[in-house]
Amino acid sequence: MKETPLSNCERRFLLRAIEEKKRLDGRQTYDYRNIKISFGTDYGCCIVELGKTRVLGQVSCELVSPKLNRATEGILFFNLELSQMAAPAFEPGRQSDLLVKLNRLLERCLRNSKCIDTESLCVVAGEKVWQIRVDLHLLNHDGNIIDAASIAAIVALCHFRRPDVSVQGDEVTLYTPEERDPVPLSIHHMPICVSFAFFQQGTYLLVDPNEREERVMDGLLVIAMNKHREICTIQSSGGIMLLKDQVLRCSKIAGVKVLEITELIQKALENDQKVRKEGGKFGFAESIASQRITAFKMEKAPIDTSDVEEKAEEIIAEAEPPSEVVSNPVLWTPGTAQIGEGIENSWGDLEDSEKEEEDEDGTDEAIILDSLKMDTGVEVSNIGSQDAPIVLSDSEEEEMIILEPDKNPKKIRTQTISAKQEKAPSKKPVKKRKKKRAAN
Amino acid sequence: MAEAVGVAAESLAGDRARAARTVLDQVVLPGEELLLPEQEDAEGPGGAGERPLRLNAGTRSRGRVVCGPGLRRCGDRLLVTKCGRLRHKEPGGSSGGGVYWVDSQQKRYVPVKGDHVIGIVTAKSGDIFKVDVGGSEPASLSYLAFEGATKRNRPNVQVGDLIYGQFVVANKDMEPEMVCIDSCGRASGMGVIGQDGLLFKVTLGLIRKLLAPDCEILQEVGKLYPLEIVFGMNGRIWVKAKTIQQTLILANILEACEHMTADQRKQIFSRLAES
Repeated sequence: MKETPLSNCERRFLLRAIEEKKRLDGRQTYDYRNIKISFGTDYGCCIVELGKTRVLGQVSCELVSPKLNRATEGILFFNLELSQMAAPAFEPGRQSDLLVKLNRLLERCLRNSKCIDTESLCVVAGEKVWQIRVDLHLLNHDGNIIDAASIAAIVALCHFRRPDVSVQGDEVTLYTPEERDPVPLSIHHMPICVSFAFFQQGTYLLVDPNEREERVMDGLLVIAMNKHREICTIQSSGGIMLLKDQVLRCSKIAGVKVLEITELIQKALENDQKVRKEGGKFGFAESIASQRITAFKMEKAPIDTSDVEEKAEEIIAEAEPPSEVVSNPVLWTPGTAQIGEGIENSWGDLEDSEKEEEDEDGTDEAIILDSLKMDTGVEVSNIGSQDAPIVLSDSEEEEMIILEPDKNPKKIRTQTISAKQEKAPSKKPVKKRKKKRAAN
Repeated sequence: MAEAVGVAAESLAGDRARAARTVLDQVVLPGEELLLPEQEDAEGPGGAGERPLRLNAGTRSRGRVVCGPGLRRCGDRLLVTKCGRLRHKEPGGSSGGGVYWVDSQQKRYVPVKGDHVIGIVTAKSGDIFKVDVGGSEPASLSYLAFEGATKRNRPNVQVGDLIYGQFVVANKDMEPEMVCIDSCGRASGMGVIGQDGLLFKVTLGLIRKLLAPDCEILQEVGKLYPLEIVFGMNGRIWVKAKTIQQTLILANILEACEHMTADQRKQIFSRLAES
């Protein structure tokens, strides 16, 4: 099937976004996508996910006769495959240019950097050596295959265990995993590829380009490096001119990224080792996140009503008897009342604030009015404090008069008076709250 | 997927057809056999005679049942051919059994007559444009199928442009054909989509969910920023907001909301509204 063409509008948008230092998935210029490493149940099998790009790595070994010119060295074989499952544009059974390029790059990155001790793979010099085969399958293509593949290859190699072999005279014994624990390969260092995409003739640079960024890029620079900052391979493609400074800067970035990725790999390997030792669950099935297609709609949860009555009775029996409720009616403001305790009544506050606003609006008049009405107000409150806890407000303005049970009538009076005299209206709510507490 | 596996195990263990009514909105798997309600009633609910549905039961026609995508009639049985959730639409009239179909979770688009899709022009050859719609082969689009286009007055369409159009021919093993006008010759929103904005791909299921009349996501998205948006039934969404940042945010929300529950979506939208 043909590749989906890139529309003009996507191209334009991507380039404009890159100019504004924005990327489709919200990453920064030098950010990698999320790397996830999961291991299969067998040794030497792993899946590396770089965002949506997924690569399956599988290492296998075989006893073969060595090459004539290298009688004491084991053989390493790398094979990357781009299946149609990864993207419909990949054709099966054909060596595309991309595939050849990627395979060459992988070999240079992993074999030519001598990261694996091939001498230790020799069993009988000139007769039998181990051939280690690394198969990499691209499961999903979302750009930057080479980085994901190089990580998958090195992780699979680190994870791999080959059967133990002993040589006694002419006799070579191959042990099954039950007889002797399989031995890991000896790995000197871990080379990891880091890709840099260049746009607008090298003006802009992005680390870890995704598929759509790869389509609009002008050039690509791949640097393979290990954590000791030794460059194993460097390759520039796409035919753009790079300045010396740019290459140096890229190698610096690569150093940082490789260090991070190496740490991640080591952590993943240790984790897997630990889980295996403890006999916990491992394998791909454990590491695949469940994305439920039914998540979109909220389902009505069925409620278990089988033994509700018993449970309710149980709770009632266990619970403490309810505390005695003081049912003294409290009249905060005219028209609002409260029975019981603990309920913050907000009605009074509301009126309070309203009044404040009013005061702010027409200050002068309000003051005059207040001073005129002061006498009556005081009288009323006096009466209230003397015999019954009923205070009436006769003013037409929204005035605050607080009624309290006759515990401390004196305070009420001062409160009312102060309210009348318009001293510091902002303090009123605080005072009132105090009063409430006293009442309770 | 654990859920689906559970269902599979159950259906294998049961080894008999389930009534379509009982598995509505549940996950069904390819190969499962379904029973329609009439069949159940006729045979008596729960009775021993619960047999697979006979679509050609001539004597007992109680109205037509339409089986949509994902379901297939095989002899006198009704089989599921796609993995997804079984859906049912009540009939409009008094008679008939309504429509049953499977809402599957696929990415590959298969052209359907009448669908509105977003295509990318891949070639201009004489009188027709070749448009990639994500199907197995490109659709053809005549240059006369635009509003106001005549032999003299050709529409300005370049290779790589986005086209919003409708399928008029979409048959098996045939090249599908698109138009950008309705039956009255009006554009009614179709035609070439502007040069700005972002095109991205989502699953076909998400498009259907977003376009469902009871979907609140579009309203929520509309509250965030002013935007232009086009949904193609082939899983493509084109979105344009004032700035690149906003466009990116919108695209990412729409992509992400597929596997979120209603609560999570509410949270996301409220968080975005604050920022």
